[in-house]
Amino acid sequence: MGRKAKFDETKKVKKGPGRKAKKQPDPVFRKELLETEDQVKKLTHRQKQRAAKRAKKKAEIVEKRKAIKQGKKNEAKEIETNDEDIKKPVVKGYSDDNKEWLKPKQKVKQQKKQKDSDSDICDQDEGSEMEQDSEAESEHEEETKTVSEKYKVGTLDDLFKDSDEEEADPSSEEEGSVNSGNAGYNSDSSEEESDEDGDDEDMLPIEKANVKLKKKQKEEKKLADEEMQLNISKQDVFAFPSEEELQNPTSLQDVQQRIKDVVSVLTEFNRLKEEGRSRCEYTDLLLKDLCTYYSYNEFLMEVLMQIFPVQELVEFLEASEIARPVTIRTNSLKTRRRDLAQALINRGVNLDPVGKWSKVGLVIYSSTVPIGATPEYLAGHYILQGASSFLPVMALAPQENERILDMCAAPGGKASHIAAIMKNTGALFANDANKERTKAVVGNFHRLGVVNAVICNYDGRQFPEVIKGFDRVLLDAPCTGTGVIAKDPSVKTTKDQKDIQRCFNLQRQLLLAAIDCCNAKSSTGGYIVYSTCSILPEENEWVVNYALKRRNVKLVPTGLDFGTEGFMKYRHHRFHPSLKLTRRFYPHTHNMDGFFVAKLKKFSNVIPEAVIDDDDKETEGADEETVVTNEGDQSTDAISNNVTSKVSGPQKRTLEPESNIAEPQTKKMKGENAKSSTGNAAVNKKNKNKNKKGPQSQNLNNSNSRVQGKMGSAEKLQNSRKQQEPSLHGQGKQHEKKNSKLGKNRKVNGLTENKNKKANENKPNSSNPMKTTNKKHSKINKNHSKIKRKV
Amino acid sequence: MKVLSEDRTRILFEKLTKYIGVNVKLLIDRPDGTYCFREKKDRVYYISEKLLHLAQTVKPDNLVSAGTCFGKFTKTNKFRLHITALTYISPYAPFKVWVKPSAEQQFLYGHHIIKSGLGRITENTPKHQGVVVLTMSDIPIGFGVASRTTAECRHADPLATIVFHQADVGEYIRSEDTLT
Repeated sequence: MGRKAKFDETKKVKKGPGRKAKKQPDPVFRKELLETEDQVKKLTHRQKQRAAKRAKKKAEIVEKRKAIKQGKKNEAKEIETNDEDIKKPVVKGYSDDNKEWLKPKQKVKQQKKQKDSDSDICDQDEGSEMEQDSEAESEHEEETKTVSEKYKVGTLDDLFKDSDEEEADPSSEEEGSVNSGNAGYNSDSSEEESDEDGDDEDMLPIEKANVKLKKKQKEEKKLADEEMQLNISKQDVFAFPSEEELQNPTSLQDVQQRIKDVVSVLTEFNRLKEEGRSRCEYTDLLLKDLCTYYSYNEFLMEVLMQIFPVQELVEFLEASEIARPVTIRTNSLKTRRRDLAQALINRGVNLDPVGKWSKVGLVIYSSTVPIGATPEYLAGHYILQGASSFLPVMALAPQENERILDMCAAPGGKASHIAAIMKNTGALFANDANKERTKAVVGNFHRLGVVNAVICNYDGRQFPEVIKGFDRVLLDAPCTGTGVIAKDPSVKTTKDQKDIQRCFNLQRQLLLAAIDCCNAKSSTGGYIVYSTCSILPEENEWVVNYALKRRNVKLVPTGLDFGTEGFMKYRHHRFHPSLKLTRRFYPHTHNMDGFFVAKLKKFSNVIPEAVIDDDDKETEGADEETVVTNEGDQSTDAISNNVTSKVSGPQKRTLEPESNIAEPQTKKMKGENAKSSTGNAAVNKKNKNKNKKGPQSQNLNNSNSRVQGKMGSAEKLQNSRKQQEPSLHGQGKQHEKKNSKLGKNRKVNGLTENKNKKANENKPNSSNPMKTTNKKHSKINKNHSKIKRKV
Repeated sequence: MKVLSEDRTRILFEKLTKYIGVNVKLLIDRPDGTYCFREKKDRVYYISEKLLHLAQTVKPDNLVSAGTCFGKFTKTNKFRLHITALTYISPYAPFKVWVKPSAEQQFLYGHHIIKSGLGRITENTPKHQGVVVLTMSDIPIGFGVASRTTAECRHADPLATIVFHQADVGEYIRSEDTLT
């Protein structure tokens, strides 16, 4: 029949429990069952009998053993001598545990054999026991057998149970061990133990073995402790290796151990040093060891040792060996992080947000698909980017509708991050010196859907001549890459002083150019962020310090709430105190690539008079190099090849025909007119360089004029463009005003130059034309501006 | 960066119309400022006027790219749409094709879409209509040309080609150098 659905609402369905829903009472145990639990079950008659027998037997065994003991003590030596002869054949195949209590009865054994024809080995064993309790019944006999067998087999459980009831004697056990010649019990401590015989006579053989083993272990431990103490004491007075030891390289383990030792000595030098050894010797040794162990060249290791305390240095080196986790940045132009994470998880990627500090970063732990070729990646939903690369952009804090420059953009990770934060508004200039690498920028920008960008290929140092007035500038300068050794281990061996010098010279020039590109009067910005993936202060703090002296900029907090503060002093350098506002990131403390971020605010567009100070003197040699780079592309090539990440390959510079040099001076000046202040300043500076280097000046003069020629033509182009475009005209006018002011500036510059020249007394002739041209310049300037206004 | 010639403008717009139909005018009349097409070395860039002004300060030799590259004119003066134009084409395209997850990879390696890989297709797609290709989760991954109408697709052989491959996002990896 089944139940019928009642769709009719009028008929009410009965509520409450029906007949079938009646509750069953709780289950109750039967009376009998309950009783059995409490009471001990009564034994049957047979069971009682068996129990009695068992008890009796146990007592007998104990008595027997005591008797054996006494007998043994009385005639110990005799037995022992006999034992060996008799026992050997019998004991064959036995564990030595049994021997002790078999021994004394050897004599009786033959009798027993007559009685029992059983030649079974098992029986022979038991036989000795059975001899004594001859009255025992056959059943009893069986039981004893089993009991004794138990002793033999000796599972641990049995032993412990038994040991509670009985006491065993280690002495007999000891003897047995001697007899059997079992290695396990033949320890040297056996003699000592024999004294304790009397105390624990009734111990089971295995128990005895156990006691012995424990003793042995104790002894071993003691020995080990002693050894360790020895080691420690050795370590305390870490023996400085001899010359021979140093010359004959040992295993890497030894080197590592030595590194550890030396580090511990250096951390507590006064206590742990060897007499007559100086700290220098230890550090030298450490340096050499670190170089061999981590395969660095000595120069770089020396530099690193100056940056880090020894303990931290080892951590850093260790961390530099391990690759950092793969991180991706969500492209906020196309998707949200949560959606992306979900999509990737569906593809079998194991990921997590990179940290609280970033809203777009994800860390990839493992992945079943290639993370750089998923449809999401190709559709531009994310980009593979190290966690440290987020930092400079976060520090830059771009705003919408700003004009922003990324000076060394390839491959476009940071630049696209900027565009994403700007939400594709405003204008983004992504520049890179390497034409090949700009292709990566183009690909990434289009993939990520960045549409507000202009990608160009200039040497960053010339960028102020192209376009200025940016609200924010990001300079992720090319560097030696000492922070990303995990990525590129070749850094360890290939870098030397020259490379670093080349790098920081380039960086200084780039930073000055970046500052010149920035517009201090911007209502929203006027910020420059300088970052490198190097941890060397030469490339970081020193470069920033250099710029602080030469431009109207000041350091501001980066807005990054983690990272360590920048150095204010390093070796003999004393940097500006505000350099502690910069941030350093290390692989061993922050688990991201080594990185440096500094944020500068430009407060005036005026370029202060160049100062010549220690920095210049120190890098004079390097300056020469850079001047040379202005002359020919070859040397630029050399630089760029050495620079790991950013600049590589020659910048494509269109060389103007030689005829430019022959062009009348006035024409050049016209060109310079339209040009902004920096270009001139640059020229002035170059002139100064010229003055400093007497012998080279002739050459340089030549090159300089060529440079001027180039600039002139470039500016001409700009001029013509400006006239074409009315919208830019306003800017042009501004430039003119500035220029008329600058005319005066230049005069001042000329004067100062003069002073310099007097001080240097180097080729006054070379400077004179410049001075005169400056004067001319200002006049022409005025004329030019008049003409323009008319136009 | 020069203005497209009359002839080339026509060719360009004909091509674009194939994919996004009348929505082409949305590319020109935009509420957020005027946008224009500019040509550089046979490549066509779609760029806002504002950005264009700034881009013109850069020497042509040093300018790599500005705005969005839509494609290039071939030597025979035909216009070829590049995958880089997908940003603008995908939102405006009226005809779309969705591919099954199993066929995504095939398409991303530059193959045509066959019937068995076809997930969905817009109703009333005419023959030889430019279509945007999407994954089932609505991520645009390229575009192509429909080889059959929607009706014909229903009765097509499982191995028959439904969409001819034109461009796919896999090109960002396969041919990064030739994108611009």
